[in-house]
Amino acid sequence: MSALLEVTGLTAGYHGVPVLHEVDLTVRAGTICAVLGANGAGKTTLLRTLSGLVRPAAGRIVLDGAELRDLPVHELVRRGVAHVPEGRGVIAELTVDENLRLGGLWRGGGRALRQAVDQMYELFGPLAQRRGYPGHLLSGGERQLLALGRALVGRPRLLLLDEPSLGLAPRLVAQIMALLRQLRDDTGLAVLLVEQNVRSALSVADQAVVMSLGRVVTAAPAAQVADDAALRHAYLGF
Amino acid sequence: MDRFVFLTVDGLSRGAVYAAFALALVLIWRGTRIINFAQGVMAVVTAYLAYSISNATGSYWVGFIVALASGLVLGAVVELAVMRRVEHAPPLNAVIVALGLVLFGQGVLGMIYGNQYRPAEAPFSRVAMTVAGVPVVSRYDLFVFGAVLVLMLAVAALFTRTATGLRMRAAAFEPMVSRLLGVNVARTLTLGWALAGLVGALAGLLVLPTGLGLHPTAMDLVFVSAFTAAVVGGLDSPAGAVVGGLVVGLVLSYVGGYVDSAATPLAVLGLLVAVLLVRPGGLFSGTTARRV
Ligand SMILES: Nc1ncnc2c1ncn2[C@@H]1O[C@H](COP(=O)(O)OP(=O)(O)O)[C@@H](O)[C@H]1O
Ligand SMILES: [Mg+2]
Repeated sequence: MSALLEVTGLTAGYHGVPVLHEVDLTVRAGTICAVLGANGAGKTTLLRTLSGLVRPAAGRIVLDGAELRDLPVHELVRRGVAHVPEGRGVIAELTVDENLRLGGLWRGGGRALRQAVDQMYELFGPLAQRRGYPGHLLSGGERQLLALGRALVGRPRLLLLDEPSLGLAPRLVAQIMALLRQLRDDTGLAVLLVEQNVRSALSVADQAVVMSLGRVVTAAPAAQVADDAALRHAYLGF
Repeated sequence: MDRFVFLTVDGLSRGAVYAAFALALVLIWRGTRIINFAQGVMAVVTAYLAYSISNATGSYWVGFIVALASGLVLGAVVELAVMRRVEHAPPLNAVIVALGLVLFGQGVLGMIYGNQYRPAEAPFSRVAMTVAGVPVVSRYDLFVFGAVLVLMLAVAALFTRTATGLRMRAAAFEPMVSRLLGVNVARTLTLGWALAGLVGALAGLLVLPTGLGLHPTAMDLVFVSAFTAAVVGGLDSPAGAVVGGLVVGLVLSYVGGYVDSAATPLAVLGLLVAVLLVRPGGLFSGTTARRV
Protein backbone atom coordinates (compact mmCIF):
# COMPACT_ATOMS: atom_id res chain seq x y z
CA MET A 1 0.00 0.00 0.00
CA SER A 2 1.31 3.48 -0.81
CA ALA A 3 2.06 6.08 1.83
CA LEU A 4 -0.53 8.65 2.86
CA LEU A 5 2.03 10.83 4.61
CA GLU A 6 5.64 10.92 3.51
CA VAL A 7 8.01 13.10 5.49
CA THR A 8 11.63 13.39 4.36
CA GLY A 9 14.59 15.29 5.76
CA LEU A 10 12.41 17.47 7.98
CA THR A 11 14.41 20.01 9.95
CA ALA A 12 12.59 22.55 12.09
CA GLY A 13 12.87 24.46 15.34
CA TYR A 14 12.25 27.72 17.12
CA HIS A 15 13.95 31.07 16.52
CA GLY A 16 16.44 29.54 14.13
CA VAL A 17 17.55 26.82 16.57
CA PRO A 18 16.71 23.41 15.12
CA VAL A 19 14.82 20.95 17.32
CA LEU A 20 14.05 18.36 14.65
CA HIS A 21 16.97 17.04 12.62
CA GLU A 22 16.29 15.45 9.23
CA VAL A 23 13.29 13.47 10.33
CA ASP A 24 11.98 10.81 7.93
CA LEU A 25 8.57 9.30 8.50
CA THR A 26 5.99 7.33 6.55
CA VAL A 27 2.38 6.72 7.52
CA ARG A 28 0.13 4.54 5.38
CA ALA A 29 -3.63 4.97 5.18
CA GLY A 30 -5.51 2.79 7.64
CA THR A 31 -2.61 2.45 10.06
CA ILE A 32 -1.69 3.87 13.45
CA CYS A 33 1.84 5.08 13.92
CA ALA A 34 3.01 5.69 17.49
CA VAL A 35 5.61 8.42 18.05
CA LEU A 36 7.51 7.65 21.24
CA GLY A 37 10.36 9.25 23.10
CA ALA A 38 11.36 11.04 26.28
CA ASN A 39 10.18 14.49 27.26
CA GLY A 40 11.79 17.06 25.01
CA ALA A 41 12.54 14.56 22.23
CA GLY A 42 10.67 16.76 19.75
CA LYS A 43 7.38 14.87 19.40
CA THR A 44 5.17 17.92 19.85
CA THR A 45 7.40 19.95 17.57
CA LEU A 46 7.05 17.25 14.91
CA LEU A 47 3.25 17.45 15.01
CA ARG A 48 3.33 21.25 15.05
CA THR A 49 5.57 21.25 12.01
CA LEU A 50 3.33 18.82 10.15
CA SER A 51 0.31 21.05 10.69
CA GLY A 52 2.15 24.23 9.75
CA LEU A 53 2.34 25.88 13.18
CA VAL A 54 6.12 25.59 13.00
CA ARG A 55 7.75 26.31 9.63
CA PRO A 56 10.44 23.83 8.63
CA ALA A 57 13.91 24.99 7.65
CA ALA A 58 14.28 22.04 5.28
CA GLY A 59 12.57 18.87 4.16
CA ARG A 60 9.35 17.77 2.56
CA ILE A 61 5.88 16.97 3.93
CA VAL A 62 3.90 15.14 1.27
CA LEU A 63 0.32 14.06 1.78
CA ASP A 64 -1.12 11.84 -0.92
CA GLY A 65 1.36 13.25 -3.41
CA ALA A 66 0.83 16.93 -2.55
CA GLU A 67 3.42 19.10 -0.77
CA LEU A 68 1.96 20.64 2.40
CA ARG A 69 4.98 22.57 3.58
CA ASP A 70 4.02 26.04 2.42
CA LEU A 71 0.28 25.90 3.03
CA PRO A 72 -1.27 28.20 5.63
CA VAL A 73 -2.37 26.36 8.77
CA HIS A 74 -6.08 26.80 8.09
CA GLU A 75 -5.70 24.99 4.75
CA LEU A 76 -4.52 21.78 6.38
CA VAL A 77 -7.95 20.56 7.46
CA ARG A 78 -9.10 21.01 3.89
CA ARG A 79 -6.41 18.50 2.85
CA GLY A 80 -7.65 16.03 5.45
CA VAL A 81 -5.20 16.67 8.30
CA ALA A 82 -6.60 17.16 11.80
CA HIS A 83 -4.30 18.08 14.69
CA VAL A 84 -5.46 17.70 18.29
CA PRO A 85 -2.84 19.74 20.11
CA GLU A 86 -1.11 18.96 23.38
CA GLY A 87 -3.32 20.24 26.19
CA ARG A 88 -6.30 19.49 23.95
CA GLY A 89 -7.33 22.98 22.87
CA VAL A 90 -10.99 22.84 23.79
CA ILE A 91 -12.24 26.43 23.46
CA ALA A 92 -13.33 27.07 27.03
CA GLU A 93 -15.65 29.98 26.21
CA LEU A 94 -17.63 28.06 23.59
CA THR A 95 -20.19 25.37 24.32
CA VAL A 96 -19.65 21.70 23.62
CA ASP A 97 -21.94 21.96 20.60
CA GLU A 98 -20.13 25.02 19.25
CA ASN A 99 -16.75 23.33 19.69
CA LEU A 100 -17.99 20.31 17.77
CA ARG A 101 -19.53 22.38 14.98
CA LEU A 102 -16.31 24.31 14.60
CA GLY A 103 -14.60 21.05 13.69
CA GLY A 104 -16.71 20.64 10.56
CA LEU A 105 -17.47 24.24 9.71
CA TRP A 106 -14.87 24.36 6.96
CA ARG A 107 -17.01 21.93 4.97
CA GLY A 108 -19.94 24.34 5.29
CA GLY A 109 -22.78 24.47 7.79
CA GLY A 110 -26.29 23.17 7.37
CA ARG A 111 -27.73 19.72 7.68
CA ALA A 112 -24.59 17.76 6.85
CA LEU A 113 -22.75 19.47 9.71
CA ARG A 114 -25.64 18.83 12.09
CA GLN A 115 -25.54 15.13 11.17
CA ALA A 116 -21.80 14.90 11.67
CA VAL A 117 -22.12 16.53 15.10
CA ASP A 118 -25.01 14.28 16.11
CA GLN A 119 -22.90 11.30 15.08
CA MET A 120 -20.27 12.39 17.59
CA TYR A 121 -22.90 12.55 20.32
CA GLU A 122 -23.74 8.94 19.55
CA LEU A 123 -20.08 7.99 19.64
CA PHE A 124 -19.35 9.98 22.81
CA GLY A 125 -22.34 9.57 25.09
CA PRO A 126 -21.05 11.81 27.90
CA LEU A 127 -20.84 14.78 25.51
CA ALA A 128 -24.48 14.46 24.48
CA GLN A 129 -25.55 15.37 28.01
CA ARG A 130 -23.30 18.44 27.98
CA ARG A 131 -24.24 20.04 24.65
CA GLY A 132 -24.95 23.48 26.05
CA TYR A 133 -22.13 23.52 28.62
CA PRO A 134 -19.24 25.91 28.08
CA GLY A 135 -15.95 24.08 27.67
CA HIS A 136 -14.51 25.30 30.96
CA LEU A 137 -17.13 23.34 32.92
CA LEU A 138 -16.01 19.99 31.48
CA SER A 139 -13.83 17.45 33.26
CA GLY A 140 -10.44 16.53 31.85
CA GLY A 141 -11.82 13.34 30.33
CA GLU A 142 -14.75 15.12 28.75
CA ARG A 143 -12.40 17.71 27.29
CA GLN A 144 -10.28 15.02 25.70
CA LEU A 145 -13.34 13.37 24.18
CA LEU A 146 -14.51 16.75 22.93
CA ALA A 147 -11.17 17.59 21.33
CA LEU A 148 -11.08 14.19 19.67
CA GLY A 149 -14.71 14.37 18.58
CA ARG A 150 -14.22 17.86 17.20
CA ALA A 151 -11.33 16.67 15.04
CA LEU A 152 -13.41 13.72 13.81
CA VAL A 153 -16.38 15.92 12.81
CA GLY A 154 -14.19 17.13 9.92
CA ARG A 155 -13.74 13.50 8.78
CA PRO A 156 -9.94 13.69 8.44
CA ARG A 157 -7.75 11.25 6.59
CA LEU A 158 -4.83 11.81 8.94
CA LEU A 159 -5.24 12.47 12.64
CA LEU A 160 -2.36 13.97 14.61
CA LEU A 161 -2.88 13.25 18.32
CA ASP A 162 -0.60 14.77 20.95
CA GLU A 163 -0.72 12.77 24.19
CA PRO A 164 -4.43 12.02 24.28
CA SER A 165 -4.06 9.93 27.44
CA LEU A 166 -2.43 12.67 29.52
CA GLY A 167 -4.15 12.86 32.90
CA LEU A 168 -6.91 10.43 32.02
CA ALA A 169 -8.17 7.41 33.94
CA PRO A 170 -6.91 4.08 32.52
CA ARG A 171 -10.41 3.00 31.61
CA LEU A 172 -10.90 6.11 29.48
CA VAL A 173 -7.50 5.64 27.85
CA ALA A 174 -8.46 2.11 26.87
CA GLN A 175 -11.72 3.41 25.45
CA ILE A 176 -9.94 6.00 23.32
CA MET A 177 -7.45 3.46 22.02
CA ALA A 178 -10.27 1.09 21.11
CA LEU A 179 -12.01 3.90 19.26
CA LEU A 180 -8.85 4.71 17.27
CA ARG A 181 -8.52 1.05 16.30
CA GLN A 182 -12.15 1.01 15.20
CA LEU A 183 -11.81 4.17 13.10
CA ARG A 184 -8.66 2.82 11.50
CA ASP A 185 -10.37 -0.44 10.53
CA ASP A 186 -13.75 0.99 9.52
CA THR A 187 -12.82 4.25 7.79
CA GLY A 188 -9.19 3.86 6.79
CA LEU A 189 -8.15 6.70 9.08
CA ALA A 190 -4.42 7.11 9.57
CA VAL A 191 -3.24 8.22 13.01
CA LEU A 192 0.04 9.69 14.15
CA LEU A 193 -0.15 9.05 17.87
CA VAL A 194 2.27 10.84 20.20
CA GLU A 195 2.24 9.16 23.59
CA GLN A 196 4.01 9.10 26.93
CA ASN A 197 1.94 6.06 27.76
CA VAL A 198 4.17 3.71 25.77
CA ARG A 199 2.38 0.46 26.61
CA SER A 200 -1.07 1.56 25.53
CA ALA A 201 0.33 3.26 22.42
CA LEU A 202 2.21 0.13 21.36
CA SER A 203 -0.83 -2.02 22.05
CA VAL A 204 -2.84 -0.16 19.44
CA ALA A 205 -0.19 0.95 16.95
CA ASP A 206 0.87 -0.79 13.75
CA GLN A 207 4.12 1.09 13.39
CA ALA A 208 6.25 2.88 15.94
CA VAL A 209 8.79 5.65 15.65
CA VAL A 210 11.18 6.30 18.50
CA MET A 211 12.61 9.79 18.76
CA SER A 212 15.53 11.08 20.75
CA LEU A 213 16.93 14.61 20.74
CA GLY A 214 14.99 15.52 17.64
CA ARG A 215 16.05 12.53 15.57
CA VAL A 216 14.28 9.34 14.62
CA VAL A 217 16.35 6.53 16.13
CA THR A 218 14.05 3.67 15.17
CA ALA A 219 11.12 3.18 12.83
CA ALA A 220 9.72 -0.34 12.94
CA PRO A 221 6.56 -2.39 13.37
CA ALA A 222 5.09 -1.71 16.82
CA ALA A 223 5.37 -5.34 17.93
CA GLN A 224 9.07 -5.31 17.13
CA VAL A 225 9.66 -2.19 19.21
CA ALA A 226 7.68 -3.69 22.08
CA ASP A 227 9.88 -6.78 21.98
CA ASP A 228 13.18 -4.95 21.77
CA ALA A 229 14.31 -4.83 25.40
CA ALA A 230 17.50 -2.87 24.69
CA LEU A 231 15.62 -0.17 22.77
CA ARG A 232 12.97 0.09 25.46
CA HIS A 233 15.60 0.49 28.16
CA ALA A 234 17.57 3.06 26.23
CA TYR A 235 14.77 5.35 25.07
CA LEU A 236 11.47 4.42 26.61
CA GLY A 237 12.40 3.81 30.22
CA PHE A 238 10.90 0.39 30.87
CA MET B 1 -39.50 65.43 38.58
CA ASP B 2 -39.73 66.84 35.04
CA ARG B 3 -36.05 67.47 35.22
CA PHE B 4 -35.35 63.94 36.37
CA VAL B 5 -37.35 62.49 33.46
CA PHE B 6 -35.58 64.76 31.01
CA LEU B 7 -32.13 63.93 32.35
CA THR B 8 -32.85 60.21 32.39
CA VAL B 9 -34.10 60.10 28.82
CA ASP B 10 -31.25 62.30 27.67
CA GLY B 11 -28.76 60.11 29.55
CA LEU B 12 -30.13 56.91 28.07
CA SER B 13 -30.12 58.40 24.58
CA ARG B 14 -26.50 59.49 24.91
CA GLY B 15 -25.73 56.20 26.64
CA ALA B 16 -27.13 54.24 23.70
CA VAL B 17 -24.64 55.96 21.44
CA TYR B 18 -21.77 55.37 23.86
CA ALA B 19 -22.87 51.73 23.99
CA ALA B 20 -22.63 51.42 20.22
CA PHE B 21 -19.27 53.13 20.15
CA ALA B 22 -18.01 51.01 23.05
CA LEU B 23 -19.16 47.93 21.15
CA ALA B 24 -16.93 48.97 18.26
CA LEU B 25 -13.97 49.14 20.66
CA VAL B 26 -14.87 45.75 22.15
CA LEU B 27 -15.13 44.09 18.72
CA ILE B 28 -11.58 45.10 17.94
CA TRP B 29 -10.19 44.44 21.41
CA ARG B 30 -11.55 40.88 21.47
CA GLY B 31 -9.90 39.93 18.21
CA THR B 32 -6.64 41.83 18.33
CA ARG B 33 -6.06 43.09 21.90
CA ILE B 34 -5.77 46.58 20.47
CA ILE B 35 -7.60 49.66 21.74
CA ASN B 36 -8.49 51.44 18.56
CA PHE B 37 -7.79 55.05 19.44
CA ALA B 38 -8.56 55.91 15.81
CA GLN B 39 -12.18 54.76 16.12
CA GLY B 40 -13.35 58.35 16.64
CA VAL B 41 -11.63 59.83 13.63
CA MET B 42 -12.79 56.91 11.48
CA ALA B 43 -16.36 57.71 12.49
CA VAL B 44 -15.83 61.39 11.71
CA VAL B 45 -14.54 60.53 8.24
CA THR B 46 -17.72 58.60 7.50
CA ALA B 47 -19.85 61.41 8.97
CA TYR B 48 -18.22 63.96 6.62
CA LEU B 49 -18.91 61.58 3.77
CA ALA B 50 -22.56 61.45 4.82
CA TYR B 51 -22.56 65.26 4.99
CA SER B 52 -21.19 65.61 1.45
CA ILE B 53 -23.47 62.98 -0.02
CA SER B 54 -26.57 64.28 1.76
CA ASN B 55 -25.82 67.77 0.47
CA ALA B 56 -25.28 66.50 -3.06
CA THR B 57 -28.37 64.31 -3.18
CA GLY B 58 -30.63 66.29 -0.87
CA SER B 59 -31.41 63.11 1.06
CA TYR B 60 -30.27 62.45 4.63
CA TRP B 61 -30.86 58.73 4.20
CA VAL B 62 -28.64 58.29 1.14
CA GLY B 63 -25.81 59.88 3.13
CA PHE B 64 -26.67 57.70 6.13
CA ILE B 65 -26.48 54.46 4.16
CA VAL B 66 -23.31 55.47 2.35
CA ALA B 67 -21.68 56.38 5.68
CA LEU B 68 -22.47 52.98 7.18
CA ALA B 69 -21.15 51.17 4.11
CA SER B 70 -18.03 53.31 4.04
CA GLY B 71 -17.50 52.60 7.75
CA LEU B 72 -17.44 48.91 6.91
CA VAL B 73 -14.91 49.45 4.12
CA LEU B 74 -12.81 51.90 6.12
CA GLY B 75 -12.53 49.46 9.03
CA ALA B 76 -11.31 46.70 6.73
CA VAL B 77 -8.88 49.00 4.92
CA VAL B 78 -7.36 50.34 8.14
CA GLU B 79 -6.82 46.79 9.39
CA LEU B 80 -5.38 45.45 6.16
CA ALA B 81 -3.22 48.44 5.30
CA VAL B 82 -2.02 49.58 8.72
CA MET B 83 -2.99 47.68 11.85
CA ARG B 84 -2.06 44.24 10.51
CA ARG B 85 1.57 45.31 10.73
CA VAL B 86 1.36 45.98 14.47
CA GLU B 87 -1.04 43.24 15.58
CA HIS B 88 1.80 41.07 16.79
CA ALA B 89 4.09 43.87 17.92
CA PRO B 90 4.30 45.21 21.49
CA PRO B 91 0.98 46.90 22.47
CA LEU B 92 2.48 50.39 22.46
CA ASN B 93 3.17 50.15 18.72
CA ALA B 94 -0.53 49.81 17.99
CA VAL B 95 -1.34 52.75 20.26
CA ILE B 96 1.18 54.96 18.51
CA VAL B 97 0.06 53.88 15.04
CA ALA B 98 -3.58 54.54 15.98
CA LEU B 99 -2.72 57.98 17.34
CA GLY B 100 -0.84 58.61 14.10
CA LEU B 101 -4.01 57.75 12.21
CA VAL B 102 -5.92 60.24 14.35
CA LEU B 103 -3.52 63.07 13.49
CA PHE B 104 -3.45 62.07 9.84
CA GLY B 105 -7.23 61.75 9.55
CA GLN B 106 -7.95 65.00 11.36
CA GLY B 107 -5.34 66.80 9.26
CA VAL B 108 -6.75 65.56 5.98
CA LEU B 109 -10.33 66.35 7.01
CA GLY B 110 -9.22 69.86 8.00
CA MET B 111 -7.62 70.35 4.59
CA ILE B 112 -10.71 69.19 2.72
CA TYR B 113 -13.53 70.60 4.81
CA GLY B 114 -11.83 73.31 6.87
CA ASN B 115 -11.63 73.47 10.63
CA GLN B 116 -14.94 75.19 11.33
CA TYR B 117 -17.99 73.45 12.72
CA ARG B 118 -20.53 72.42 10.12
CA PRO B 119 -24.12 71.64 11.00
CA ALA B 120 -24.89 67.96 11.49
CA GLU B 121 -28.42 67.37 10.36
CA ALA B 122 -30.88 65.35 12.45
CA PRO B 123 -33.47 63.41 10.43
CA PHE B 124 -36.16 63.85 13.10
CA SER B 125 -37.22 66.58 15.47
CA ARG B 126 -35.11 66.89 18.60
CA VAL B 127 -37.87 68.66 20.48
CA ALA B 128 -39.25 66.50 23.24
CA MET B 129 -42.84 65.37 22.90
CA THR B 130 -44.95 65.99 25.97
CA VAL B 131 -46.96 63.45 27.92
CA ALA B 132 -49.53 65.08 30.23
CA GLY B 133 -47.69 68.37 29.92
CA VAL B 134 -44.29 66.88 30.79
CA PRO B 135 -41.67 66.88 28.00
CA VAL B 136 -40.48 63.27 27.84
CA VAL B 137 -38.74 62.11 24.69
CA SER B 138 -38.03 63.47 21.23
CA ARG B 139 -38.57 61.69 17.95
CA TYR B 140 -34.84 61.81 17.45
CA ASP B 141 -34.26 60.07 20.79
CA LEU B 142 -36.64 57.33 19.69
CA PHE B 143 -34.72 57.03 16.43
CA VAL B 144 -31.46 56.69 18.38
CA PHE B 145 -32.91 54.01 20.65
CA GLY B 146 -34.35 52.13 17.69
CA ALA B 147 -31.20 52.30 15.61
CA VAL B 148 -28.96 51.14 18.46
CA LEU B 149 -31.40 48.38 19.39
CA VAL B 150 -31.51 47.06 15.81
CA LEU B 151 -27.73 47.24 15.65
CA MET B 152 -27.28 45.33 18.92
CA LEU B 153 -29.74 42.63 17.91
CA ALA B 154 -28.04 42.27 14.54
CA VAL B 155 -24.59 41.95 16.09
CA ALA B 156 -25.88 39.48 18.70
CA ALA B 157 -27.52 37.40 15.97
CA LEU B 158 -24.35 37.47 13.90
CA PHE B 159 -22.29 36.16 16.81
CA THR B 160 -24.66 33.55 18.16
CA ARG B 161 -26.56 32.36 15.09
CA THR B 162 -24.16 32.34 12.16
CA ALA B 163 -21.12 30.33 11.12
CA THR B 164 -19.17 33.54 10.59
CA GLY B 165 -19.96 34.65 14.14
CA LEU B 166 -18.86 31.31 15.53
CA ARG B 167 -15.58 31.60 13.64
CA MET B 168 -15.06 35.14 14.89
CA ARG B 169 -15.62 34.15 18.51
CA ALA B 170 -13.41 31.08 18.22
CA ALA B 171 -10.62 33.09 16.62
CA ALA B 172 -10.85 35.75 19.31
CA PHE B 173 -10.57 33.23 22.15
CA GLU B 174 -8.14 30.68 20.71
CA PRO B 175 -6.50 31.79 17.47
CA MET B 176 -4.08 28.86 17.25
CA VAL B 177 -6.70 26.18 17.81
CA SER B 178 -9.05 27.96 15.42
CA ARG B 179 -6.47 27.87 12.65
CA LEU B 180 -6.04 24.13 13.19
CA LEU B 181 -9.80 23.83 12.72
CA GLY B 182 -9.66 25.62 9.39
CA VAL B 183 -10.55 29.15 10.47
CA ASN B 184 -8.79 31.85 8.48
CA VAL B 185 -8.03 33.93 11.57
CA ALA B 186 -6.58 36.86 9.62
CA ARG B 187 -9.86 37.18 7.76
CA THR B 188 -11.93 37.16 10.95
CA LEU B 189 -9.78 40.01 12.27
CA THR B 190 -10.42 42.06 9.14
CA LEU B 191 -14.10 41.31 9.49
CA GLY B 192 -14.04 42.43 13.13
CA TRP B 193 -12.47 45.75 12.15
CA ALA B 194 -14.96 46.18 9.33
CA LEU B 195 -17.85 45.54 11.68
CA ALA B 196 -16.39 47.94 14.23
CA GLY B 197 -16.05 50.53 11.47
CA LEU B 198 -19.74 50.21 10.68
CA VAL B 199 -20.82 50.30 14.32
CA GLY B 200 -18.60 53.32 15.00
CA ALA B 201 -19.95 55.10 11.93
CA LEU B 202 -23.50 54.61 13.15
CA ALA B 203 -22.59 55.93 16.60
CA GLY B 204 -21.00 58.99 15.02
CA LEU B 205 -24.00 59.71 12.82
CA LEU B 206 -26.30 59.43 15.83
CA VAL B 207 -24.27 61.53 18.25
CA LEU B 208 -23.05 64.41 16.08
CA PRO B 209 -26.43 66.14 15.68
CA THR B 210 -26.69 66.33 19.49
CA GLY B 211 -23.40 68.20 19.88
CA LEU B 212 -21.80 71.21 18.27
CA GLY B 213 -21.86 69.62 14.84
CA LEU B 214 -19.30 68.30 12.42
CA HIS B 215 -15.62 68.98 13.08
CA PRO B 216 -12.47 66.86 12.59
CA THR B 217 -12.15 66.51 16.38
CA ALA B 218 -15.89 66.16 17.04
CA MET B 219 -15.62 62.56 18.30
CA ASP B 220 -12.74 63.06 20.73
CA LEU B 221 -14.88 63.47 23.83
CA VAL B 222 -17.29 60.77 22.69
CA PHE B 223 -14.32 58.46 22.41
CA VAL B 224 -13.34 59.11 26.04
CA SER B 225 -16.87 58.39 27.23
CA ALA B 226 -17.18 55.27 25.10
CA PHE B 227 -13.79 54.02 26.19
CA THR B 228 -14.91 54.46 29.80
CA ALA B 229 -18.12 52.60 28.96
CA ALA B 230 -16.14 49.73 27.46
CA VAL B 231 -13.87 49.52 30.52
CA VAL B 232 -16.85 49.75 32.88
CA GLY B 233 -18.53 46.87 31.09
CA GLY B 234 -15.36 44.86 30.56
CA LEU B 235 -13.44 45.17 27.30
CA ASP B 236 -14.14 41.54 26.43
CA SER B 237 -17.89 41.73 26.79
CA PRO B 238 -20.25 43.05 24.10
CA ALA B 239 -23.11 42.92 26.61
CA GLY B 240 -20.92 44.81 29.06
CA ALA B 241 -20.35 47.52 26.45
CA VAL B 242 -24.09 48.09 26.25
CA VAL B 243 -24.59 48.31 30.00
CA GLY B 244 -21.43 50.38 30.40
CA GLY B 245 -22.63 52.80 27.74
CA LEU B 246 -25.96 53.32 29.43
CA VAL B 247 -24.31 53.76 32.84
CA VAL B 248 -21.88 56.36 31.50
CA GLY B 249 -24.67 58.16 29.67
CA LEU B 250 -26.78 58.40 32.82
CA VAL B 251 -23.87 59.46 35.03
CA LEU B 252 -22.92 62.22 32.59
CA SER B 253 -26.48 63.40 32.31
CA TYR B 254 -27.16 63.48 36.07
CA VAL B 255 -23.84 65.11 36.90
CA GLY B 256 -24.32 67.67 34.15
CA GLY B 257 -27.89 68.35 35.20
CA TYR B 258 -27.69 68.32 38.99
CA VAL B 259 -24.08 69.32 39.65
CA ASP B 260 -22.38 71.29 36.93
CA SER B 261 -21.89 70.59 33.25
CA ALA B 262 -18.23 71.53 33.67
CA ALA B 263 -17.89 68.57 36.06
CA THR B 264 -18.88 65.89 33.54
CA PRO B 265 -15.36 65.12 32.25
CA LEU B 266 -14.26 64.67 35.88
CA ALA B 267 -17.22 62.38 36.51
CA VAL B 268 -16.20 60.18 33.57
CA LEU B 269 -12.64 59.94 34.83
CA GLY B 270 -13.87 59.28 38.37
CA LEU B 271 -16.03 56.43 37.12
CA LEU B 272 -13.13 55.01 35.13
CA VAL B 273 -10.80 55.08 38.14
CA ALA B 274 -13.45 53.64 40.46
CA VAL B 275 -14.11 50.68 38.17
CA LEU B 276 -10.42 50.03 37.63
CA LEU B 277 -9.87 50.00 41.39
CA VAL B 278 -12.86 47.86 42.34
CA ARG B 279 -13.26 45.55 39.36
CA PRO B 280 -10.38 45.95 36.92
CA GLY B 281 -11.85 43.40 34.52
CA GLY B 282 -15.06 45.40 34.23
CA LEU B 283 -18.50 44.73 35.67
CA PHE B 284 -19.08 41.84 33.24
CA SER B 285 -15.73 40.13 33.61
CA GLY B 286 -17.32 37.27 35.60
CA THR B 287 -15.10 34.30 36.31
CA THR B 288 -12.59 34.44 33.53
CA ALA B 289 -12.29 31.03 31.97
CA ARG B 290 -8.94 29.36 32.11
CA ARG B 291 -7.01 29.70 28.89
CA VAL B 292 -6.12 26.19 27.75
N1 LIG C 1 7.89 27.32 21.77
C1 LIG C 1 9.14 26.89 21.92
N2 LIG C 1 10.17 27.77 21.83
C2 LIG C 1 11.44 27.34 21.98
N3 LIG C 1 11.80 26.07 22.20
C3 LIG C 1 10.83 25.14 22.30
C4 LIG C 1 9.44 25.51 22.16
N4 LIG C 1 8.69 24.39 22.29
C5 LIG C 1 9.57 23.37 22.51
N5 LIG C 1 10.83 23.82 22.51
C6 LIG C 1 12.03 22.98 22.70
O1 LIG C 1 12.01 21.98 21.73
C7 LIG C 1 12.44 20.74 22.27
C8 LIG C 1 11.42 19.67 21.97
O2 LIG C 1 10.21 19.98 22.65
P1 LIG C 1 8.88 19.21 22.33
O3 LIG C 1 8.70 19.16 20.87
O4 LIG C 1 7.81 19.86 23.13
O5 LIG C 1 9.18 17.76 22.88
P2 LIG C 1 8.21 16.60 23.37
O6 LIG C 1 6.83 16.90 22.87
O7 LIG C 1 8.79 15.37 22.79
O8 LIG C 1 8.26 16.58 24.86
C9 LIG C 1 12.67 20.99 23.74
O9 LIG C 1 14.05 21.13 23.96
C10 LIG C 1 11.97 22.28 24.03
O10 LIG C 1 12.66 23.01 25.01
MG1 LIG D 1 5.04 17.13 23.90
